[in-house]
Amino acid sequence: MLFDDGKMQKHKTGQIVNSTTAEPDLGSHKYSKLWQGPNHPGITGNMSLELTLQGDEIKKMRTHVGYLHRGFEKLMERRRFINNFPLVCRIAVPEPDFNEYCYAAALEELAGIEVPEYAHWMRTLILEMARLQSYLMWLGGQAGAFGMGMVGQWTLYARDRVLDLFEELSGARIYHIFILPGGVRNTLPDGFEQRVNETLRVIEDTLKDVDRVLFNNAVFKKRAVGLAHIDPKWVDEYGITGPNARASGVPRDVRVDNPYAAYPHLDFEPVVEFDGDVYTRARLRWRDMLLSVDLIRQIFARMPKGGEFKAQLPNMLHWTIPKGETYKKAECTRGEYGYYIVTDGSKFPRRVNVRGPSYTHAVTLAEMMLENCNLADVAGTMVSLHTYPPEVER
Amino acid sequence: MRFKDVIYPFTTWKHILNEPRTIKHPEDREGSDRYRGFHTNDIQKCIGCGSCEEICQNEAIDLVEVDGIETTHGDSGLRPKVDYGRCCWCALCVDVCTTNSLGMSNRFRWAVEGENELGEHGSPEDYRFVIGAQNKYWDNVKEGYKKPDSYDLTPSTAVEMDHLSPSERSASFVEMMKGYTRQQAQKEADRCVECGICIATCPAHMGIPAYIKAVREDDLEEGLRVVYDSNPLPEVCGRVCTHKCETVCAIGHKGDPVSIRWLKRYIADHVPAEKYAEILGTKQIEKNGKKVAVIGSGPAGLSAAHFLSTMGYAVTVLEALPNAGGMMRYGIPEYRLPYDALDKDINYIQSLGVEFKTNCRVGTDVTILDLKRDFDAVFAATGLPLGRSTRLENADHKKVFQSIDLLREITLGNEIIVPEKIVVIGGGNVAMDITRSLARMQKQKFGVVNVTATCLEPEGQMPADDEEVIEAREEGAVITPGYGPQSIEIKDADTLLGLRVARCVRIFDEEGRFNPSFNTTDTRYYEADMIVESIGQSSDMSYLKSDLNIAFGPRGQMVMDADGQVNGEPWLFVGGDMVKGPDVITGIATGHFAAMGIDRYLNSDDRD
Repeated sequence: MLFDDGKMQKHKTGQIVNSTTAEPDLGSHKYSKLWQGPNHPGITGNMSLELTLQGDEIKKMRTHVGYLHRGFEKLMERRRFINNFPLVCRIAVPEPDFNEYCYAAALEELAGIEVPEYAHWMRTLILEMARLQSYLMWLGGQAGAFGMGMVGQWTLYARDRVLDLFEELSGARIYHIFILPGGVRNTLPDGFEQRVNETLRVIEDTLKDVDRVLFNNAVFKKRAVGLAHIDPKWVDEYGITGPNARASGVPRDVRVDNPYAAYPHLDFEPVVEFDGDVYTRARLRWRDMLLSVDLIRQIFARMPKGGEFKAQLPNMLHWTIPKGETYKKAECTRGEYGYYIVTDGSKFPRRVNVRGPSYTHAVTLAEMMLENCNLADVAGTMVSLHTYPPEVER
Repeated sequence: MRFKDVIYPFTTWKHILNEPRTIKHPEDREGSDRYRGFHTNDIQKCIGCGSCEEICQNEAIDLVEVDGIETTHGDSGLRPKVDYGRCCWCALCVDVCTTNSLGMSNRFRWAVEGENELGEHGSPEDYRFVIGAQNKYWDNVKEGYKKPDSYDLTPSTAVEMDHLSPSERSASFVEMMKGYTRQQAQKEADRCVECGICIATCPAHMGIPAYIKAVREDDLEEGLRVVYDSNPLPEVCGRVCTHKCETVCAIGHKGDPVSIRWLKRYIADHVPAEKYAEILGTKQIEKNGKKVAVIGSGPAGLSAAHFLSTMGYAVTVLEALPNAGGMMRYGIPEYRLPYDALDKDINYIQSLGVEFKTNCRVGTDVTILDLKRDFDAVFAATGLPLGRSTRLENADHKKVFQSIDLLREITLGNEIIVPEKIVVIGGGNVAMDITRSLARMQKQKFGVVNVTATCLEPEGQMPADDEEVIEAREEGAVITPGYGPQSIEIKDADTLLGLRVARCVRIFDEEGRFNPSFNTTDTRYYEADMIVESIGQSSDMSYLKSDLNIAFGPRGQMVMDADGQVNGEPWLFVGGDMVKGPDVITGIATGHFAAMGIDRYLNSDDRD
């Protein structure tokens, strides 16, 4: 099915319909079944899409998760609070720091711990660096889903530069375990700011290149403009947050709506676009990366040059937190990331519920959006929602 | 569609001449300075406390025995063995390490090549090894993750106990330390890492981590039960114990040791005496019909009496002085150990049915053979009641006293004529006790303190606890360590002039014998109206020597087994300071061991 311009493709996203009433009759021989995943690169993780096709048009899509056998939330109920940090960072592999932050912030609120100012700034710096590296990997994936592998080569190099910085700061490239209750684990290494600035320049150069070869690319425009449109009215109905909402004109950004860490001290507005299609979402994330670059520079200009990086805490081996419950959230690259934690006065959490944006975006929203979509656009659409199956199945 | 959208993608080609960014030999790339790579451990610094094992959520660390590492006081003799099939490189083990011996190198590349000694390729066992003890190539690598300064998963600073200021206490025998509040005790108890290193070092092998846990969890009844399993004098030990446990405390390697002694006191202070029997399950003890005599009501005697009576024995304690308690009552001053606290412990032991015969001296009022006849077994623990003299000329002057005699007189309430100038010879805890007691009496009488204590040991090596020396100085006493007595100068038979001392340059000779030598050109002279000798004490075993067939060693020590059962007289057990120590907790331990030994002896088939 070919289309001449983006505007005409909007009908591909279909309408909100009750799919159970439109169950395709497989016995009619008009339909075929195709499983995309669980090991398909367009899924960005272990998750499977059950596609019912008529020709190359998707009539029905159902998601299947459960391949990872993790049960992290349950596991956390049997571990000391401190021992959950090596777990939470693994919930969304490309974004460990948002998990660490939300979990730590929730514990701090429940235990009544005041975080030193310097640690707030350090955390903000880490979260913005984490945003950059996650977006850079996503950008490579988005371009790759439309057959442009070169962009991924560039952005992964830039991402590796950020990971080098994380390695220098925390001792690990991916699972940093650097944000802990009460603050962070260490101070900045000597000369860190200078090396961050060098990396920021590399990222800016890379983004300029990406602007030319992806956003001013006839092939990408032809396929992405108008594809998988998200209507602003779906934002509340489907619990859409983050860039997926902002690309449809709804300025949802936890950093601005519920400022945390040192964000209240930074000058910025959420990036908003209006067309709500794959192209616009990519463009918005590209702009978000430039915003992160700017925020990191603001952080270095405004943060204290030193100070306490961690509050004095009780013995972590016996740490008990009074009975209570809380929900702490942060803006990750995919939207609102939150931890709902219930404590019962013991040294283990009674319940931890991780609210990752992938669940709503990759399951309910994707199942609806992909109906009547072309098979070739499934990967590009899924990547444009920026979801991580490990986070769905936590 | 714009024309430039067709052209722009070709800008990709501008990078065609750029150098490749790929690292050609990634195997040569080193991790960053903070990299969390393979573990390192200084196994000489490590004490095997097991905190790393405790915090590891993956159970990747086990504590194992290692060749060349011996179990000693303060060292479990075990070392961490890591399993890299389980490790997730979080480095919480490094953060929690109490000695800072554990770290991580920045090396991350390692594979076992070829076959191992079992002929296997890549056995899981290849990836399990004792950190720092199996010659890995990263063992001495300096770079890598180390615990940052000022970052701790376990608090390093002890909770201070409220106490009387020097001005408040310098003229008073009111107890100086006020004890922990509930909040303070729980905060201090929180610092324990439950390694149990202290258990082995405590002479009584108390269940220290267990009672600290009880404090932390506000379950004082459980705490009391744990304490009484091995120590029936918690009020005493909670105040005056020599706390060997604290000297080996794992947390002490990186900060203040856990205040174990104060936490024990907190338990004893906060459980009402009337609830003891119910909590400890001693309301009704089934008697076994056997009788045991205990000579001496010091820590060892009371401990033996307690444990024997809980086993069902009818125990009679014979005490030469008017009240039970031994040195705890007649040696330790009231400001350190109030009589009320001591009485709380003794009254509970008495409530178990123990009979106390005071003012009854064995050897005078009753003989050891009488006891052998009237009882099934006898436990003797008469301590070290005799003071040692410097044997200087004029040491027998009427104004030269033994500290132990003076301390006893103070407790008995007999009048002591306190002069204006006093010199104490000695640097141990007893010397500090008499120094501080006499300083208080001087303050009460004259309004000023003029007591000087001098000892052979230099500053920092005095046998007394550091806090004793500090507090004595705060109260106005002058402590001059590093000087030994040379002559006692007198005016006549009634009047002292003073003490001349010389700089001590050596205390022990090459063979390790006590043989001090002095620099006689560096002397000091202290005017004194009273000199107190406090250089040690000795036992009085005359009541045993006369009538019994007891074997004595070459230095006059009694020959006995580990429980204190005397060779040649199996019905007789000995313990306390007269055979081991001297300190309260060792006395308690020997009393406990003797009680178990007596129980075994009286229930054995080959008994006479």
